[in-house]
Amino acid sequence: MSTTAVGLEEAVVEAAAHLYVWALKDIPRDLRDALAAACERETSVAGIRVLETIRRNVVIADEQENLVCQDTGIAVYYCRVGERFPLHPAGIYRALKAGTEQATVGHPLRSNTVHALTRENTGANVGYRVPIVHWDFVPDWDGLDVKCVPKGSGSENMSFLKMLVPADGVNGIKRFVLESIVGAGGKPCPPGIVGVGIGGSADYAMHLAKEAIARPVGTRNPDPLVARLENELYGLLNETGIGPMGLGGDVTVLQCHIEHADTHMTLNPVAVNYQCWAARRASAHIGADGAVELDREF
Amino acid sequence: MATHELTFPISDPAEILKLHAGDEVVVQGHVIGIRDRTQIRIFDHGVEPPIDLSGAFLLHTAPNVRKLGPGRYEKLCIGTTTSARMVRFTEGLGERYGVRAICGKGGFPDEAIEPMQRLGMVYMAIVGGAAALETTQIEEIEHVAWEDLMPECLWTFRVNDFGPLTVGIDAHGNSLYHDVQERANTKLEELYARFQ
Repeated sequence: MSTTAVGLEEAVVEAAAHLYVWALKDIPRDLRDALAAACERETSVAGIRVLETIRRNVVIADEQENLVCQDTGIAVYYCRVGERFPLHPAGIYRALKAGTEQATVGHPLRSNTVHALTRENTGANVGYRVPIVHWDFVPDWDGLDVKCVPKGSGSENMSFLKMLVPADGVNGIKRFVLESIVGAGGKPCPPGIVGVGIGGSADYAMHLAKEAIARPVGTRNPDPLVARLENELYGLLNETGIGPMGLGGDVTVLQCHIEHADTHMTLNPVAVNYQCWAARRASAHIGADGAVELDREF
Repeated sequence: MATHELTFPISDPAEILKLHAGDEVVVQGHVIGIRDRTQIRIFDHGVEPPIDLSGAFLLHTAPNVRKLGPGRYEKLCIGTTTSARMVRFTEGLGERYGVRAICGKGGFPDEAIEPMQRLGMVYMAIVGGAAALETTQIEEIEHVAWEDLMPECLWTFRVNDFGPLTVGIDAHGNSLYHDVQERANTKLEELYARFQ
């Protein structure tokens, strides 16, 4: 490995370590605005109590530089790698893993990662195939974008997949999203972001749903047909009355985001991935020269 | 809806009967942190908990801590986890150990209603994810047992103005979660009819 690549790998380690802790402590502006708007809209006594406590909590996390939520999650990263970025994805993965470990030990952060069968803690929030990294490759570019999305278990446990049939149509998709969120009740820490993945294959639909929750709050799918469905589901979900923390109220979700992919003519997969109100994410751009630019959203 | 202040552990079970679903509660005194693996050890592996749980207030938690020395920990960030995973331990906690209150987030399913009514227990809802605030309300980690389960140990916290909590399930057979689900299911039929 050349000297440059070693330096670059170190830059990615530092960026990952910073992003993980930063995401846990400082929730994004768009999310703060959505929570403020939710507080204005809510009319139930218990719902207002919950939303005011949430806002008080965000202020205290800022003041004391503490974590917003104790669940440091499972570390998930989204990477956009330019085809001319000088560090190979294998090196990027190694760096993201090292950065996650560095942040966990250094802060220290609660270590959540366990072996899937023995349930023994693997230490430092890393393990076999953890962190989880999603890749996108960008032609004719020499940069790297990294987004860290620490995913808490309360919301991740409320993930649902259904292989609908084509005859179920869009109405079947709507029904499934609605019944999933009502069934989830207060468990995923509502009001949060409902990510919906439509099309592709079973695994890809869930991947898309996860990608949807990681978008800035209230952004719309570029396809107007999909954007219209986002608006419709957002309205319908907030009519269910589940309310903040499932105690009943007007605000059940902060947003509904949908990502879609073309699919097989006889498939109609739909996946729901929930993101809690503490929808943590943090992004950085790493240049080919190793310069790190924080908060460059993608 | 009333507001109550209660100090745990409680000795008079009548204190619990004053609480009704929807009431607001602030807790003083001692809170016992407990989680999945802690309860699996007690009930599935038959290991007696090394601390007294009678009249106790249990909190579903696994905190972020820094070790200071043998058995001594500094709080870093303490928050609350989803309760529903642990509902099957409710009856045992009340019947065998005299636990009076279980606090968590997201609620218990309906199977908790009957044992809670029969045994005089309540479920109190905290705001999930609001851990920075919760941490300021925990004055000290006074004791920790079963450190080998870290972070799912049996924790004893001394708290000050712990809350605000909402009574989610009371000892009179009422559950906010049941009511919200029932209304939502009726609403769903109305919503489906709108687009079908």
